[in-house]
Amino acid sequence: MSAEPILNLDEPVGDEVRKTTCYMCACRCGINVHLRDGKVRYIDGNRDHPINKGVLCAKGSAGIMQHYSPARLRAPMVRTGPRGSGEFKEISWEEAMTIAVDWLKPLREKPKKLAFFTGRDQSQSFTSLWAKQFGTPNYSAHGGFCSVNMAAAGIYTIGGAFWEFGTPDWERTKMFVMFGVAEDHDSNPIKTGIGKVKKNGARFVSINPIRTGYSAVADDWLGIRPGTDGLLIMALIHELFRTRKIDLDYIGRYSNAPWLVIDAPGTENHGLFLRDKEGNELVINAATGRKVSRHKKGVTAALTGKIKLGDGTTARPVLEMMAEEYLKDEHSPASVAETTGIDAKTIKGLAAEIARVAFEEEIVIEQPWVDMKGERHDKFIGRPVSFHAMRGISAHSNGFQTCRALHVLQVLIGSVDVPGGFRNKPPYPKPISAHPQPHTLMQPFLPGQPLAGPHLGYPTGPEDLLQDVEGVACRIDKAFTWEAPMAVHGQMHMVIANAHAGDPYKIDTLFLYMANMAWNSSMNTRGTIEMLEDKDPETGEYKIPRIIYSDAYSSEMVAYADLILPDTTYLERHDCISLLDRPISEPDAVCDSIRWPVVEPEREGHAGVRGFQSVLLDLGVRLKLEDFVDLDGKPLFKDYEDYIINHERRPGVGPLAGFRGRDGKSEGRGAPNPEQIERYKENGAFWKKKIPMEAQFFKHANKAYQDFAVDMGFFDEPSPVVFQLYSEELQKFRLAGQGLREPQPPEHLRAQVVDCFTPLPSWYAPFEEAGVDNSEFPLHALTQRPMAMYHSWGSQNAWLRQIHTKNPLYIPGPVCDEHNLKDGDWAWVSSWHGKIKVQIARMDALNDKTLWTWNAIGKRGGAWALDAKAPEATKGFLLNHLISELLPPKGDNRRWSNSDPITGQAAWFDLRIKIEKAEEGGTVSEPHFEPQKRPGNPEKTPIVLRFGQEWTK
Amino acid sequence: MTSLPATTNKKLGLVIDLDTCVGCHACVIACKEWNTGGYGNALSDQQPYGANPSGSFLNRIHTFEVVPEDGQVIDQSTEARVVHFPKSCLHCEDAPCVTVCPTGASYKRQEDGIVLVDENKCMGCGLCAWSCAYGAREMDLAAGVMKKCTLCVDRIYNDSLLEIDRIPSCVRTCPAGARHFGDLGDPNSDISKLVEERGGFDLMPEQGNSPTNKYLPPRNRESLAATLPQDEAETTKDITKTADGFFGWVDKTLTKLGSENNQGES
Repeated sequence: MSAEPILNLDEPVGDEVRKTTCYMCACRCGINVHLRDGKVRYIDGNRDHPINKGVLCAKGSAGIMQHYSPARLRAPMVRTGPRGSGEFKEISWEEAMTIAVDWLKPLREKPKKLAFFTGRDQSQSFTSLWAKQFGTPNYSAHGGFCSVNMAAAGIYTIGGAFWEFGTPDWERTKMFVMFGVAEDHDSNPIKTGIGKVKKNGARFVSINPIRTGYSAVADDWLGIRPGTDGLLIMALIHELFRTRKIDLDYIGRYSNAPWLVIDAPGTENHGLFLRDKEGNELVINAATGRKVSRHKKGVTAALTGKIKLGDGTTARPVLEMMAEEYLKDEHSPASVAETTGIDAKTIKGLAAEIARVAFEEEIVIEQPWVDMKGERHDKFIGRPVSFHAMRGISAHSNGFQTCRALHVLQVLIGSVDVPGGFRNKPPYPKPISAHPQPHTLMQPFLPGQPLAGPHLGYPTGPEDLLQDVEGVACRIDKAFTWEAPMAVHGQMHMVIANAHAGDPYKIDTLFLYMANMAWNSSMNTRGTIEMLEDKDPETGEYKIPRIIYSDAYSSEMVAYADLILPDTTYLERHDCISLLDRPISEPDAVCDSIRWPVVEPEREGHAGVRGFQSVLLDLGVRLKLEDFVDLDGKPLFKDYEDYIINHERRPGVGPLAGFRGRDGKSEGRGAPNPEQIERYKENGAFWKKKIPMEAQFFKHANKAYQDFAVDMGFFDEPSPVVFQLYSEELQKFRLAGQGLREPQPPEHLRAQVVDCFTPLPSWYAPFEEAGVDNSEFPLHALTQRPMAMYHSWGSQNAWLRQIHTKNPLYIPGPVCDEHNLKDGDWAWVSSWHGKIKVQIARMDALNDKTLWTWNAIGKRGGAWALDAKAPEATKGFLLNHLISELLPPKGDNRRWSNSDPITGQAAWFDLRIKIEKAEEGGTVSEPHFEPQKRPGNPEKTPIVLRFGQEWTK
Repeated sequence: MTSLPATTNKKLGLVIDLDTCVGCHACVIACKEWNTGGYGNALSDQQPYGANPSGSFLNRIHTFEVVPEDGQVIDQSTEARVVHFPKSCLHCEDAPCVTVCPTGASYKRQEDGIVLVDENKCMGCGLCAWSCAYGAREMDLAAGVMKKCTLCVDRIYNDSLLEIDRIPSCVRTCPAGARHFGDLGDPNSDISKLVEERGGFDLMPEQGNSPTNKYLPPRNRESLAATLPQDEAETTKDITKTADGFFGWVDKTLTKLGSENNQGES
C-alpha cells in the first residue's frame, strides 16, 4: 500500500466572519458570512441566534449564488420599448430620482392616484409610514394574497397567531397537529421543531391533501379534501363537547365563554354582549346567580344559565350557545366524513387522542404567578397539544372561519400560552383594542396632508369601514369595504385588476416593491400582463399610466415597469427586523435584529444599486414629506441606517429595542443611541432579552408579563387578552347585513354577510366550489412551495435551480388510471377560467381528488437571467393561469373578487379543475410566452461555473 | 489496483434518520457550498443558467414513493408514503471503488476510514464510479477528476474552527437534526448507541461492501382510529349528545371548581 498523502486540514474558512440576517426567505435566520479575499466564501447558521440556533436551510446556504447572480440589476433604468419588451436604458441615480419626483409630486394634490404596494417587504413599519406621509390611502404589503386569514383570525380570537406571533412549545409538546403546511413560515423552526417532536417521542399528526415534506414523516396523515378543514375541526369540537373534554376552569377564566350574549332577535343588540353602564361585559356569578361585571374580583362566572332582562329579552353565556351549536348532529364525525374524505373513526380517534394528551398528560411547572385579577397561582398548568397551520387552511374563501375554528379548539382544551401548547411571542398577545383602526383620507379632504392614522388596522364593526357615503371604496383594492370588511392586510392581488378596470377609480402611478405581479404573484397571470399592456384607445396611453418598480433582480415584473429603482442584495443592505413590524421573538425572549452591508454593493461600470428603503427616504425628502424633513426642508435622516437609529415612533420607542439610551444600556424604551447598529453587529446582528420565568406563560392574563410588556414599550398600559370564542365584531357586521345596524351593506352583498359572518366559527363551501358545476370540474388543484426554493426568486440560483428545474403536475393514481395517463405524458388542465398544458407525474400519497404542483417554478424565458430554453420556461408552468382574481360571473355584471368575504384573502386553493390527456408529442407547456429581453446592459451568464476554484489547493 | 487497509483506527461515518428527514435539501447545498471552495477542485456547474443545467454534488436526496408491505399506515385509503433518502458516499469497509482504482488515487484512510480521492493522482477514468453500488461518486466535468464525499475531512480536524463546528457541513446545518456524525467503530459512541436503539440498517447489504454509514428506519405507527377505546361510541352512560346533558356536566364541574377556587362575591 502506498503512503497516504499529507493533507492540509487546518485551512481557515476565510479571513473574516460577518454576522447578519438571512433573507433567502421570510424566516430571518442569523447567518455567519465567511469572507475570503473580499468575496463570500461560505455562509452557515449563527449558533447563538434565537431563530435558527445554528442550522440553515438549502436556501440560506445557497445565498452565495443569490448574491453573485447574473440576474442582479446594476443601474436605474427607464423603459424605451413597449411594456413587456424588456427594452430599457440605464440612467444615473440623479436622473431616476428626478423622474420619480416629477411623477409623484403632482400626485400629492390627489394622493389616491398613487398606489404603493410592497410585496415581501420586511420594512412595513417604514414603508407604511412613507405612504401615510404621502397621504395615499393605497398601501399595503402582500399579506392579502398570502396568509391574512391565519393572522387575522388569530389576532381576533386569541390576540396572537402562528409564526411571527407564536409557536408550538416544541420542547414540551406531546402531540403536534399540523394543518396544510408544505414549506411555509417559519421554515427552519418548523423543521427543528419536528426534529424535537420526534426525539421526544411525541405524536405528529398531519392533515394535508398531499403527503410530502413534513407530512411524509408524520405519524398520522389525514389526506383531507381541500377547503373542508373547517368541517373537520368543528367535528373535533363536537367530540370534545360530547365527551366533556373541555377545560372549564381555563375557558371560564381566560375566554369569553361566560360572557352574556343578548338574545333579542330582530333588534340591533341581538347577539351582542350584555354590558353595564360603564361598558363592562357582564357574567353570571355562579355563587349568587346574579349578573356582575366580568372584571369583578373573586367571582366564579357561570358558564350556563339565563338572565332575564328588563325589556323582556334574555341573555345567556357564550358557552351555552356553543354547546347548542356544536353538539348538533351536522357537526358529528359521521356527518362530515364524506365531505372531508376522512372517515368518522379517524376523526373520533383524533379527538380522543387530543383530549387524552391534553388532560391525562398534563404538564405542571412549579412556578408561582399572579393573574390580572390579582389571584395568585402556584404553578403553570400545561395541556401539551400544539397546532400549526398556515396557507393551506388560510387561502380559501372560507379560510377565516376555519382559522378561527382552529383557535377556538385550542382554547377549549386550555392549550393557548401554556407549557406544551401554543406559546405567544412578544409583543403578542395583543387585544384588538391595542391595535389601530384602519385610516384613510378623512373628511374634509386635505390635499398634500398625511393620513390621520395608519392604513391598516382591525375594524370592530361596520362603522370602521373605509367607504364614502355612496359606498364607494376609499382604497383601490377595496379593502375595508363590504366586499372585504376585515381586510387587515389589504388586498394586493386586486390592485392591478381594479386599477385597470377603473373600479373604484383610476390611478396614475403604481409603485411596487419586491412583488412579481406580472408573473407568479398574480392570479390570472396572462390577464394581468394584458392589463399592464392595455392602452386607452382614445389617448393611446397605458390604462395604468405609470409604473415604478424596485427589485434587485431582473424578474418578470421588471419588463412591465416604466422606471426601475434597483435594490441591493440582502448582503449589501441595512434592515431592521423590528418589534414595530414583523418581529422574530421567541416565546421566552423578546428579540429583534438587523441586516447590514457585509459586502459593499458594487456594480462596476454601472450606476450601481441602492437599498430601497434609503431610496424611499430620499424620495420622501425630495417630496418634503413631514416626518422626513425639518422645518427648513432639510433631511432628518441621512439614509435608512440613520433612520433605524434615530426614528422614534413614540418617545423612546424606535425601530430597534436593544442597546438604546445614550449609554446603550436601555432595553425596550430609551433615547436613540448613535452606536446602536455597531452594538448589534458586535452582538451577532440581533438583540435578545429573556422574559422573567414567572411571566413566560399565560401572557394574556399574567401580571408579570403585562408589566414586562409595558416596560419594553409594547404598549403603554397593561393590555390583557380575553380569548374571543364568540366574535362580537362579526356579529355587528352580520346585524348590518340583516338591516339592523348602520351602515348597511349594499343589497347584493347582504346574503353573503349574513351567511359568512357568524359569530361562532362556521363552515360554508368554498365559493368556486359553490359557483361551478362540480361534475364538470370534479378535481382540486393546489400548489406547494418547495423547501429548497419557496420564493419565486430561486430559479436564478445556479445551485437551487438544479433541485427544481421544472414542475410536473402530480396526479393521484386513480385519476391517472381513469384518463390513461402515465409519467411524462402531457395533459390539458382546465378551470372555468383558463386552460394549461402540462407534463404529469403519477403519485399515490395524495387525496384522491387533488392534483398539485410546485409553486413558482415556471418562469418566463429571459427573466431571471435564464436561457430562453431553460426547462423552467419550456416545461415549467404556473397554475396561476387557471385561477381568476374574480369569481365566475353571476349574471349581475358585478366583479366578484375570488377572496374570503371577511378578510379579502386571495382564495388560491379554491381552484376546481378537470383534466384530459393531450395529444402525443408535446414538448412545451402552455401557455408559452415569448422570452423577454434581459433589461439594460446585463451581466453575461457563464457557461461553466467553478465557484471557489481559486481557493482550492 | 489499490489496496484497502486491513483495519482502520476509527470508522467515521454518518447516521441518517429517515423518520425525521423532510427532504429539505439543506444538507445538499451546505455540502456543495463547503466543498466547492474546500478540498480539491471546485464543484462545477455546467450551463448554470441554461437549458440543461447540471453540476457536481457530493450529497443528493432521492425522493420516491413506497407502499409499505406491512401496511402500517392506515389513516388513509392510500397507504402510499413519500420517502426522502439522502445519499452520499457510505465510506464502505470493503470499498470496491478503492480496489478498482488503477492509479492509487482512491484510498481509504487508515486513521479514520474515510474514503478519499487524491485528485493529483486521479486521471478521471471513472472506474470507481462504475464500481460503486450506490452511485455516490460524481465526475467533475470541468476538472476532469472524480469527486466524492470527504466527510468534510477539512472541517473535522480543522483547528481554525471551534471544536463544536468540527463536524461535516451537512450535519451542522441539518435543521431537523436528522443527520448524525461519529465513530461507528466504537460501540460506546453516541452514534453507535443510536444505531442500536433505533435498529439502524445497512444500505443494500447484499452488495457486500460493508457500508459505514447507517440509516434509521421510520418509527412504528399506530392509526388514530386504533387509539379509540373499544366501542367508545356506545359508552355514553351520562354522555348524551344533547346540550342539556352537557350543561348538567358543566354545572357539576363548575361547582366543584368553585369550591376549590374561591367563594365569590359577598
